Amino acid sequence: MTRTITIDPITRIEGHARISLQLNESGMVEHAYFHTTQYRGFEKFCEGRPYYEMPALMARSCGICPVAHLIAGAKACDEILAVKIPYTAMVLRRLMNYAQIIQSHALCFFYLSSPDFIFGFDGDPATRNIAGLAAKNPELALDGIRLRQFGQQIIELLGGKRIHPAWIVAGGVSEPLTAAHREQIRSKLPEIKEIALRTLATFKPILNSFPAEIETFGNFPSLFMGLVDDKGQLEHYDGKLRVVDSIGNVITHGLASTQYAEIIAEAVEPWTFMKFPFYKPMGYPAGMYRVGPAARLNVVTRCGTPLADAELDEFRATCGAPALSAYHNHWARLIEILFCVERLERKLAEDQVLDKHVRAGAAPNSLEGIGVAEAPRGTIIHHYFVDDQGVMKGANMIIATGHNNLAMNRSILQVARSFVDGERLNEGMLNRVEAVIRAYDPCLSCSTHAAGKMPIRIDLLTHRRELLCSLVR
Amino acid sequence: MRKLKLATVWLDGCSGCHMSLLDTDERIVTLLQHVDIVYSPLVDAKVFPDDVDIALIEGAVSTDEDVVKLKKVRSRTKILIALGDCAVTGNVPAMRNTCGAGPCLNRAYKELAELHPQIPSESLPRLLDKVIPIHETVAVDLHIPGCPPPADAIFHALYELVLRKQPDVKHLTRFGR
Ligand code: SF4
Repeated sequence: MTRTITIDPITRIEGHARISLQLNESGMVEHAYFHTTQYRGFEKFCEGRPYYEMPALMARSCGICPVAHLIAGAKACDEILAVKIPYTAMVLRRLMNYAQIIQSHALCFFYLSSPDFIFGFDGDPATRNIAGLAAKNPELALDGIRLRQFGQQIIELLGGKRIHPAWIVAGGVSEPLTAAHREQIRSKLPEIKEIALRTLATFKPILNSFPAEIETFGNFPSLFMGLVDDKGQLEHYDGKLRVVDSIGNVITHGLASTQYAEIIAEAVEPWTFMKFPFYKPMGYPAGMYRVGPAARLNVVTRCGTPLADAELDEFRATCGAPALSAYHNHWARLIEILFCVERLERKLAEDQVLDKHVRAGAAPNSLEGIGVAEAPRGTIIHHYFVDDQGVMKGANMIIATGHNNLAMNRSILQVARSFVDGERLNEGMLNRVEAVIRAYDPCLSCSTHAAGKMPIRIDLLTHRRELLCSLVR
Repeated sequence: MRKLKLATVWLDGCSGCHMSLLDTDERIVTLLQHVDIVYSPLVDAKVFPDDVDIALIEGAVSTDEDVVKLKKVRSRTKILIALGDCAVTGNVPAMRNTCGAGPCLNRAYKELAELHPQIPSESLPRLLDKVIPIHETVAVDLHIPGCPPPADAIFHALYELVLRKQPDVKHLTRFGR
C-alpha cells in the first residue's frame, strides 16, 4: 500500500511550508513535494501607487532580507528616472548590503542550522534550537548573536532603523554617512573578523563530519547562477549574470542583468504558491539552476579579497568546483561573511564614503525599470512598469528562493529516498528532510511575493494520494 | 518564579517582527532564563501546546488556515499579543483588499507565468476575501504596534510580563516605526 508522509510545519526555516512524501507499494519514497502555503500579492497591490514608494513597500515582502529588496527596488527606480546615481550612494548601498548578508547568514547559520551540527540530526528536538545552543555552548551562541547584531547595527547606523530602513531610495540614499558612524563601524571590524575566522575554524571539521548528509543533501548536477563583476569576481550589488553548468563551464557569460528575461522564465505547479523559474535555453524542468552562497562561489572566478580567496581555494579543493551538494551552503555562508567584512574594511577606508552628495534628483524618464541584486540567499529581480507620471502599472519579482524551487524539490526527494523508511519512521529521518530545505535558507516570505510563515508539515500519502498520516512532532 | 511558556506565531507577515524580537541581541539570553520557547518558527515543536502563558502573533489573518490556527492559539494561551502593524491593523497584507484575492492570484500565476499558467490550489490554504487584523478573529490582550515594533518595545513587554506586571509600551513604539 502506498502512503504519504506530511511534515507540517517545517521548522527553523524562514517561511510557511509543508512537505509531502508519497510512498510506493513497498514503502519506499516515490515522490516528494515542497508546498509553500502562503500567498501575498505584492505584484498586484503595488499597482496605482507612485514608483518612489516601491523600495520601502516591496521591502515589506521580507523582514529578513529587506535590504536586498530595497536595493533591487531602488535600482529599478533609478532606471525609471534614467539617472546614474552618485558614486558615494552606490558605495553606501553596497555597505548596507554587506551588513545584511552578515546578519542574515549569521541568522541562518547560528540560529537555525547550527543546532543540527552541534546536537546531530538525530538530536533531541526539544533542545535542538538556539536556546539549547545557548545552554550547551554559550560562546558559540554569543558569537552568532554578536555577528548578527553587528550587521544589524550597521544597517541602523546608516539607515536609522534595523529592519525596513527607508534610507535606500530612488536615485541613491537619503542621508550621507557621518564620520562618527564610520569610526563606530570601523572600530568593531577587527573583533568581527576574528569571530568570522574563529567560526570557520570551529565549523570546518564539524561540517565535514556528516558524510552521509553531504552525499545526499541536494547533491546532484544542476546549473548555478549569480552576479559577477567585470573580472568575474564575487559581486552582490551590481554586475552581470553568469550561469555555469554542473561541470563548471560558463554557459551564460556576463549577461546584463536587465536582460534576465532572455534566460529565465517561470512555470506554475498546482500544489504550491511558489513559482518555478527555469533556464530558458534548456527548458522545463531540465533548466534547473541554483542560486545562493554556494552557487555564487561556484560561478565566480575568484572572490577578490585575500582571506576569502584563501578559504575559496580550500572550499573548492574539498567540495569540488562546482560544489554540487546543497549542504555546502553552510560553509559558503561563512566564507561570504568573511568576504563582507573584508569589503567593509576596504570600502570604509575610501575618503569618498563621507561625501555629502548621495542622491540624484529627476522625474520619471523611462516607463520601465529592472533592478537586480544578490540577496543572502541568491539573486533577486524586481521589474517595474510605470505610466508617464510614474504611477505603477505592474511589477514582476523573481526572488532567490524561487530560483531554487526546482532544486529544493529534487533535494527533498533525494534525502527522503536515502533516509526515510516508510515502515519505520523516526524523527531524525524527517529532520533531515527539513534540514535539506534549511541548507538553502529559503525565504518563503519573499518567494511568494511574498509571504512568510515558518511552519511546515510532512504528509504521508498512499500511492493513490490518500492521506495516510501527517507527521507532527 | 516559574518559567513562563512563550510561543511565537507567524501568520501573514514578513517575519520582520520576529527579526525584531531577535534584535534584542544578548538580552534574548536574559529572556531565556525566564521563559521557555515552547512553540515558534525558531524551535522544532510541531503542535501548539495546551498551556501557553504568552503568545506573540506576527502578521495579519489572510487564509482559512490562519483563522483555524489563531483560534486554537487563543484557546490555549493566557496572554495573546498582537505583534506589529500587520497583526494590529492588517497593514501591508491588507493592501491586497484593494484588488481582492482573485485578481492578485491571476496576476502572479496566470499573467506572469510563461509555462502552465494556473492558480495553485491543490492541498493549499484558501485565501480570505479580505485580509483582517487579528482582533477581528480573536480577543487580543496587548497590542504592540510598529513595522516592526522596536526590539526595546518587545523586550520591555516580555520582561514586564516575566515580572508579572502589566506592560505599557506606548513610550517605546508607534505605528510604522
Ligand atoms: S508589521 Fe512590518 S515588520 Fe511586522 S510583519 Fe508586518 S510588514 Fe513585517
